[in-house]
Amino acid sequence: MGRKVRLLMSTFAIVLGVAFVVGTLIFTDTLHKSFTAIFDSSVGDVVVRPVGTAGQERGTTTLTVPDGLVARLAKVPGAARADGNVDGAGVFVIDKSNRVVGGQGSPGLGLNDNDAPAAGGVASLQVVTGRSPRGPGEVAIDAATVRRAGLFLGEKVTLVNAGQRTLLHPRLVGIADYPDGGSLNGATASIFDTRTAQKLFLRGKDAFSNVWVTAAPGVSQDELRARVAAVLPDGVEAVTGKKAAAQAASDLLNAISFLTVFLLVFAGIALVVGMFLIVNTFSMLVAQRSRELALLRALGASRRQVTRSVLLEAFVVGLAGSTLGLGLGVLLALGIRALFGHFGLDLSGQGLVFAPRTPLLAFGVGVLVTMVAAYLPARRSSRIPPIAALRDDVAMPESSLRRRLLLGTLMTLAGIGAGAAGLFADVPKGGYWVGGGALVAMLGMAAASPASSRPFLVVAAAFYRRVFGSIGVLAGQNSLRNPRRTAATASALMIGLTLVTTMSVAGASATASVDRTIKRSFLGDIVISNAIGQSFSPRIAALAQRQKGVASVTRLRFAPSRLGAEREFLTGVDPTSLSSVLRLDLLAGSLADLRGNALLVSKKVAADHHYRVGQSLTFRFPRGPTKLRIVGIHDAAFGRYLTTLDALRAGGFAPLDSSLLIKVAPGVDPAAVKVELEKATAKLPVITVKNQAEYAAEQRAPIDRLVLMIYALLGLALVIAVLGVVNTLGLSVVERTREIGLLRAIGVDRRQMRRMVSLESVAIAVLGALLGIGMGLVFGIALMASLRDQGLEVTRVPWGSIGLYLLAAVVIGLLAARLPARRAARLDVLRAIGTE
Amino acid sequence: MTSDAPVGRRAADTATAPEASTPAVAASVRDLTKVYGTGDAQVRALDGVSLDLYQGAFTAVMGPSGSGKSTLMHCCAALDVPTSGQVLLGDVEIGGLSDKRLTRLRRDQIGFVFQSFNLVPTLTAGENILLPLAIAGRKPDPEWYAQVIETIDLTDRLGHRPNQLSGGQQQRVAIARALVSRPTIVFADEPTGNLDSRSGAEVLGLLQRSARSFGQTIVMVTHDPVAASYTDRVLFLADGRLVGELEAPTRESVLEQMAAAERGR
Repeated sequence: MGRKVRLLMSTFAIVLGVAFVVGTLIFTDTLHKSFTAIFDSSVGDVVVRPVGTAGQERGTTTLTVPDGLVARLAKVPGAARADGNVDGAGVFVIDKSNRVVGGQGSPGLGLNDNDAPAAGGVASLQVVTGRSPRGPGEVAIDAATVRRAGLFLGEKVTLVNAGQRTLLHPRLVGIADYPDGGSLNGATASIFDTRTAQKLFLRGKDAFSNVWVTAAPGVSQDELRARVAAVLPDGVEAVTGKKAAAQAASDLLNAISFLTVFLLVFAGIALVVGMFLIVNTFSMLVAQRSRELALLRALGASRRQVTRSVLLEAFVVGLAGSTLGLGLGVLLALGIRALFGHFGLDLSGQGLVFAPRTPLLAFGVGVLVTMVAAYLPARRSSRIPPIAALRDDVAMPESSLRRRLLLGTLMTLAGIGAGAAGLFADVPKGGYWVGGGALVAMLGMAAASPASSRPFLVVAAAFYRRVFGSIGVLAGQNSLRNPRRTAATASALMIGLTLVTTMSVAGASATASVDRTIKRSFLGDIVISNAIGQSFSPRIAALAQRQKGVASVTRLRFAPSRLGAEREFLTGVDPTSLSSVLRLDLLAGSLADLRGNALLVSKKVAADHHYRVGQSLTFRFPRGPTKLRIVGIHDAAFGRYLTTLDALRAGGFAPLDSSLLIKVAPGVDPAAVKVELEKATAKLPVITVKNQAEYAAEQRAPIDRLVLMIYALLGLALVIAVLGVVNTLGLSVVERTREIGLLRAIGVDRRQMRRMVSLESVAIAVLGALLGIGMGLVFGIALMASLRDQGLEVTRVPWGSIGLYLLAAVVIGLLAARLPARRAARLDVLRAIGTE
Repeated sequence: MTSDAPVGRRAADTATAPEASTPAVAASVRDLTKVYGTGDAQVRALDGVSLDLYQGAFTAVMGPSGSGKSTLMHCCAALDVPTSGQVLLGDVEIGGLSDKRLTRLRRDQIGFVFQSFNLVPTLTAGENILLPLAIAGRKPDPEWYAQVIETIDLTDRLGHRPNQLSGGQQQRVAIARALVSRPTIVFADEPTGNLDSRSGAEVLGLLQRSARSFGQTIVMVTHDPVAASYTDRVLFLADGRLVGELEAPTRESVLEQMAAAERGR
């Protein structure tokens, strides 16, 4: 054991960190490629579409191009053919157990049947098995959905539709797929004949959502686009497939780039924690080899040669760790892909993308991190005087603890200052200030901890003395013996727990804020909504309105739009019944003015952009730029931009509802009405009927999920930290072999020996937990304070969870001590005493 | 086994009668063999040794390197398990005891003094002295403790850590640690090997006094004739066998015996 195992463990820290980097890169590259492929196969050589629909999700506008245009476009010189497409949204398959297939965020497309080739002659989604649907009673569905729903050709399927007819029962006659390869990435596609699709998704208009014009051989996209543009009527534009695909992809790919950053941050955390482990391992290796190194110096090796010999070892460790990390990263990417597949983002159609920069980055990061971490111990090793080779006890030269305390405190303060600047002051790129500040503060805490943790360890030692007697005394003394090592080990744990605690505070506060907002602002009795944010048919509102005991139904519609360069969501409301279900306290203006193209903005939005009542803002709607006049500023924590349903309808948004707020008539039991509404909508699994408490729970769920996911990612950092504890204790046992032998000789039995090591381990773990929790509370409370004006008004510290973390630290300490403790207990007494 | 010098767990009972009129046996060894390794690499460290160690006596075990003297001590001290033969410590046969029983035996009946002092560096001198009792969960007899502390003459240094003490002082602390639990036997393995001659003389004097005035049985492994001259009896080992014995040794008689043994080989 000994050195090999130690090196292996510090290598493992690098392996995990690098694997995370590699896994993230491979996965996001794969994701990128697969979505690019989707968008490439969802455009023709030239796309003719209504002006203003660029960048809109498919099926969310009511704008169309006239039917007659298709025949005219087919005759344009250089055009091989022209095909009209109908795009609808919100069409999902209901399986036999009345559940929506897919649809956890992935769209449900409703399309018309055609075999128009996508740009570059690639086959687009088309019927490959069975036959094309004919008439209102037939449908073709994409192969992945057919498989997931367990459907058979020829059977009747149930579809839920966001249009006027909410439930459809067509016969499945065809299965659609990409003949040239490709995937819908978990989206659902239901294909009807053109007439039926027009009826379902375009309100029966003889028109198309867009037209693909296919180029004749030898004609470029640009040439064809110019010729097509010349014959177009007003309000319709022609773009090349390349441009249309890029536009469609950009928003989604932006969203994905956030995911990349998110995952890489965790990879970074894992690497930083791993660095602590490496610093510790190399410090101990150097300390143990100090006599050997001194001998080298005595024999004439220069300082630099000694440093280099240690760095070379680090280089080898880094190289080995990166190689293993690369392999593990590929597995991790597969794992992430499977996980996302589970959540409805099915990427199995796309092989893993292994870009050349991935291994380069893996080796760069792995080797660099290892060598940087080993540099300090290596430099220290060169300061061992040659005479040490001849002396019995070699003390490693070490810098004074007081200097470290000072430096660490300064760093912590600077980090907190930078973080506070990022949170509260108006500095550019605030996120970087916060992240960098937190990192510097944590490193500062780690630097100061050998000195600052002493009071805790002294108290722990006193506690051990009282409770565990002489074994406790020994354990307590051991933890105080090498404050640098104890503190560095605890610091690795501290980082993980700082972030976990910060997340706990943020999660608990966000949840509490959601509850409070709903309690305060939501005056309705019942909410009908889609659990995953998909819009649904306006007929459901009509259905609810007819229900006995319902006094009013207020529709809410969410409309993705652009204000300047920013993507903003508008909430459309019905001004007449709004005040009965939502409490909106106006700070300025009047609710009575909310008519037509009017706008209410939240206090936060008004403050950030210096908006005043009476001012007009121009949003980009499908039908073109639309001016909305600010008529009031409200105080609620939701609805940054509130407008009227009329404004959205006029702007060309599809008439789909996002949620319905229902008020029951006076004297009627809301629970009874809820039961009736549930019965009435039982066949529509896309929507749920909830009372206030259930609604609050549904709103909390995404927060809980996010927090849970972050915990899982931070678990990685904790695993590395636990390895650090194992490593430190293992090395301590090796270093103290003779002492352990002595203790065994004078009558310490094996159990007592195990207890001694375990107690030291628990002291380290609890120290790390306390440092982390303290730091996390500071971070979390500061974070919540900075978010106060964003609707997160409540700051809550989840003391229960924090108590649990402390308990977990004790358990971690006990687990980490198992191997080293066993080793200490099993040492051969005679040989241990004989060890020099 | 005589009854006026009982040995065993209840060491406190013997405190009032440290001296025995006839030499009683504190430990005895019969036909002790210890073989290391197998085949060609086989080494017979002990080759049928039988001897008695008398109660209250200060005994030296001498012999050249590889004579088996350390192995003998380790086997008697329950640190090592013999290949064959018997070791009786008081009335306890240590062959076949579990690690737990051996540990307890060492804790309660045996004291150690090592060549390299072997104090716990994190504990003060006083804490080191009391460590074996503390581990056993026993309280020291205050009178006895005071007497031991006085004997080692380090009353003002008890609060110091080992690294603040000289080698001789550290070894005196180690002797106090061995004495304080009133073990059946104290084993000292080359206790002066790392000391200058003055500190060495102090330590040897201390061991001698412990035997003479407290009746403490002490067995010391050494190769130094001067050290051996402090003892009551010297046992000579060579090639794993007992080859000679000397009562009331002097430096000269020890040297003579060693030379005779050398000639006899």
